[in-house]
Amino acid sequence: MTADQLLIFLAGIVGGALRVGAPFLFVSLGECITEKSGRINLGLEGVLVLSAMSAFGASHLSGSPWIGVLAAAATGGLLATLHGLLCSLPRVNDIATGIALMLLGTGLAFYLGKPLIQPQAAQLPAIALGNWSNSAAVRSALQVNVLVPIGLALAVALWWAFANTRAGLLVRMAGDSALATRALGYSVAGIRIAATAAGGMVAGLGGASLTLFYPGSWNEGISSGQGLIAVALVIFARWSPLRCVGAALLFGGAGAIGPALQSVGISWGYHLFNIVPYVLTLLILVITCRPGTTVAGSPGELSSTSR
Amino acid sequence: MRHSLANFLLPIGAIIAALGLFGVFVWFAGVNPVEVWLLLFKGAFGDWYSWQNTLQRAAPLMLTALCVAIPARAGLVVIGGEGALVLGGLACAGLAQALPLPANFTGTVLVCLAAAAAGALWIALAGWLRQYRGINETISSLLLAYVAIGLFKHLVEGPLRDPSSLNKPSTFALAEGLRISGIAGSDVHWGLVIGVLACLAAGLWFRLTPSGFAVRVVGGNPCAAQLVGLPASRLILLACALGGAGAGLAGAIEVAAVHTNANVALIAGYGYAGILVSFIARHHPVAVIPVAILFGGFGAAGSLLQRRLGLPDASVLLLQGIAFVLILASEALRDTDWKALFLRLSRFGPSEPSPIVIPGLTPAPRMADQARNDKP
Repeated sequence: MTADQLLIFLAGIVGGALRVGAPFLFVSLGECITEKSGRINLGLEGVLVLSAMSAFGASHLSGSPWIGVLAAAATGGLLATLHGLLCSLPRVNDIATGIALMLLGTGLAFYLGKPLIQPQAAQLPAIALGNWSNSAAVRSALQVNVLVPIGLALAVALWWAFANTRAGLLVRMAGDSALATRALGYSVAGIRIAATAAGGMVAGLGGASLTLFYPGSWNEGISSGQGLIAVALVIFARWSPLRCVGAALLFGGAGAIGPALQSVGISWGYHLFNIVPYVLTLLILVITCRPGTTVAGSPGELSSTSR
Repeated sequence: MRHSLANFLLPIGAIIAALGLFGVFVWFAGVNPVEVWLLLFKGAFGDWYSWQNTLQRAAPLMLTALCVAIPARAGLVVIGGEGALVLGGLACAGLAQALPLPANFTGTVLVCLAAAAAGALWIALAGWLRQYRGINETISSLLLAYVAIGLFKHLVEGPLRDPSSLNKPSTFALAEGLRISGIAGSDVHWGLVIGVLACLAAGLWFRLTPSGFAVRVVGGNPCAAQLVGLPASRLILLACALGGAGAGLAGAIEVAAVHTNANVALIAGYGYAGILVSFIARHHPVAVIPVAILFGGFGAAGSLLQRRLGLPDASVLLLQGIAFVLILASEALRDTDWKALFLRLSRFGPSEPSPIVIPGLTPAPRMADQARNDKP
């Protein structure tokens, strides 16, 4: 590998971390809001696929990518609201509901998105970070999704809001002790439904960045478990929105290894490099989780980490 | 009695409601829902040809559903059956490629055993991660499924590839003698018998053997299991391994009876549909058999919907999704006092307060009333 190739490869990883990491960032922030309220929403995988489809469809029909982004947030919020409502029924378990919504979201997206596989849609503008370089490959690798700065701002805002606002504290209280919430006269189910819906809207932005920026088209293989990786990422980030940013970038980088190697002409083991994010997630879970104890920072009411 | 009746009526009601809602969806697409329902029935169970197609699809569904049902009895929600299935198919094709197996019944049994072992190890890994590392098994099993699919694609397109498969990378085809043939010359292969036997065996295991009973205790009440000194971790690993063996076997059957070699067509979503089948069967191995046939039928009818009515091929996936959501929501109706509800609805206006029902103190409604009111 020559120095030039190395530069392209590294730019591919860094750019890929920002590009591939964007959906991870949004979904993990969305899951963070949901889990802070004491529920786990595995259905964000379905939310991601459905909102990706609706973003692409809305952008294709209206010609404006921003309408696509709004549509993605709205559909994400709606599907997540369904999760919130279902989980508030007696005897309905949040993990099982999440699996069901994963299936429903992908089914709906593939069913409604069939006519969208061929057409083009207006894409989100890119922020060029690579203008310092003479190499065209480096410059194209460092085109960054305009949603990424929004995601970073959102992470900081959430981090601040969880500590300083009434709504943020209520969500955390519902997540840590349902009894305390009830004692103060708030509806636990109401707070959780609201948090799940908000989480779905944020995750929907991740879907928009999939179809409106990278890879930038709608097909049935658009998401392969990114939504689920993001759920695991939240455990790794110990329920802190700021740490979610770091985790999402790490995973974006890991996911970019395969395409980056391909861009310098190495195609051996493409599928093997594609499974790096999943293996990394499992390794991180092995390191962070301990049997019989809850992970530090875990909301007290959460079913996924306490047994 | 009351509960066993609800066990039947709630899933049936949920499936009927799902079909109704699916009808609304296709109605929006400008297709007559009645036509869709008729085609779903005809494509699934209309004639002998559809029955063959249905039963062919039901066989792997039964086995992947066991991959959810058996660990569920031990208290785990394992959803990575797809991974065990593709690895099973890979092990089956790989063993046949690596060793000169006798091309007869023994060879078939050997490739099936290899597939079952591969699937068992894969799901047992998820169980191990939960018991010894405290990782949520739902997340880890699905992540492992993606890892398995990546490994499968790498091996099928690389080291195990048959150089003559140009457009569609696949492994070498299984020798004629190793394949699983159709029953009495039909398209329904012996895999169906394997699936039914596996479901019955799992049902009997839970019902009749001490180890099966112990697994149920561990799943039902972990504290009680601990108090009587059951080896919970070992039992959970056993349940995971048995479930994974089922899904791995499904992969071997798909390879040996349908595809004849391992290629990406194996990743057809049987693992995910199996989750739904198991949930509708309430994780009861014997109930898995009819539910798998029903959903195998919907799968078989899917292509007919696509050809005749121009509906997208994802229609069946949508129907599955709706059914899954409704089946979970129907659980909320389990404790509904139908008699009180019926009385309240039959009365007009809120002038009279509804009778107060205290669980345990108010006598349960009679069976006849309940049967009448349970109907959706």
